[in-house]
Amino acid sequence: MTFWHIFLAFFIPGILGYGGGPASIPLIENEVVDRYEWLSVNEFTEVLALGNALPGPIATKMAGYIGFQEGGWFGAFVGVFATVAPSLLLMVAFLGLVYKFKDSPRVKNMSTYVKPTIAVLLGIMAYQFFAESYISVGWMHTLFLAAASFLLMEKLKVSPVFVIIGSLGYGAVFLA
Amino acid sequence: MTYLNLFLAFFRSGMLGYGGGPSSIPLVHKEVVGKYKWMNDEEFGDVLALGNTLPGPIATKMAGYIGYRVAGMMGLLVALLATILPTIILMILLLTSLREFKDQPWVQGMTKGVIPVVAVMLAVLTWQFFDSSKKGLGLKLSLFHIFAGVILLQFLGVHPGIIIGALLAYALFGPLKGTDKKKASVREGEETG
Repeated sequence: MTFWHIFLAFFIPGILGYGGGPASIPLIENEVVDRYEWLSVNEFTEVLALGNALPGPIATKMAGYIGFQEGGWFGAFVGVFATVAPSLLLMVAFLGLVYKFKDSPRVKNMSTYVKPTIAVLLGIMAYQFFAESYISVGWMHTLFLAAASFLLMEKLKVSPVFVIIGSLGYGAVFLA
Repeated sequence: MTYLNLFLAFFRSGMLGYGGGPSSIPLVHKEVVGKYKWMNDEEFGDVLALGNTLPGPIATKMAGYIGYRVAGMMGLLVALLATILPTIILMILLLTSLREFKDQPWVQGMTKGVIPVVAVMLAVLTWQFFDSSKKGLGLKLSLFHIFAGVILLQFLGVHPGIIIGALLAYALFGPLKGTDKKKASVREGEETG
């Protein structure tokens, strides 16, 4: 049953995640935190933060790690397979068909229509994380870390890797 | 040799692609079009368009498909594994060892310190999706979708899959007037809202 659940938990975000890996993050959270309760919000953040700090596609890293946690190496395989295989098989198997319709307005509408909903899902997650942080470290630390990381990543274009490492260091020293 | 080259091409672009799949697209382009000349710019553009048409992570779709084009099913596997395997293993090793020190105060501090940073990243992503939906649907309609989405998802607890599924079905089977796209989407917004 566990493997079947791992498959479902990553198949659904994979097949609904229009807009690449990031679009499937809140969908994954919905499955692994809310539905199956494999991770707490806090643990999910750790996975997401580390996933962001490491290179490569984000959705597969999360699927691999969470699958591993729930079902060992085979669980990792199932999670990654469920994330990657369906749309890749569609792409290879129905190449001619997909190719024919890639410029169709209906197909283009698919990702356009889904975007606001993905924005809402991401926004709700951002809000949950801010609330979580406010509860655990108070508004001063939260505000400082949020403002500093926004400034560094968005304005000064510092790589997220360094920002995440910095925040880990800040936490180890000031929030321990 | 081809398999090794495929592995190297996607290993390099995977390992250097910080910031998730989309950031590795230009790196994949450099390897596939620039270095190994497996396809030209136009073909690469087609692959990218195809990948964007389908759901799921973009980097793995591109790797799998290009691997398949270059060397069949085996090529698909090699390129795919080169893209995802190294960082998944790294992730599992790092997180499992971190778990062992879970009860140390400094590790708990690290966990707390990173939450606001991830929140900022998500907020930035939220803004990007909102911004690009504004371009596709217009401001009013996007706001309407977002308002409806917040109510359905947050207050009524509807599974996001149901909403996304309904929107996708509408895009495929709903009415479509090329010049009157906006109007068509308004009606669809009312259905889901």
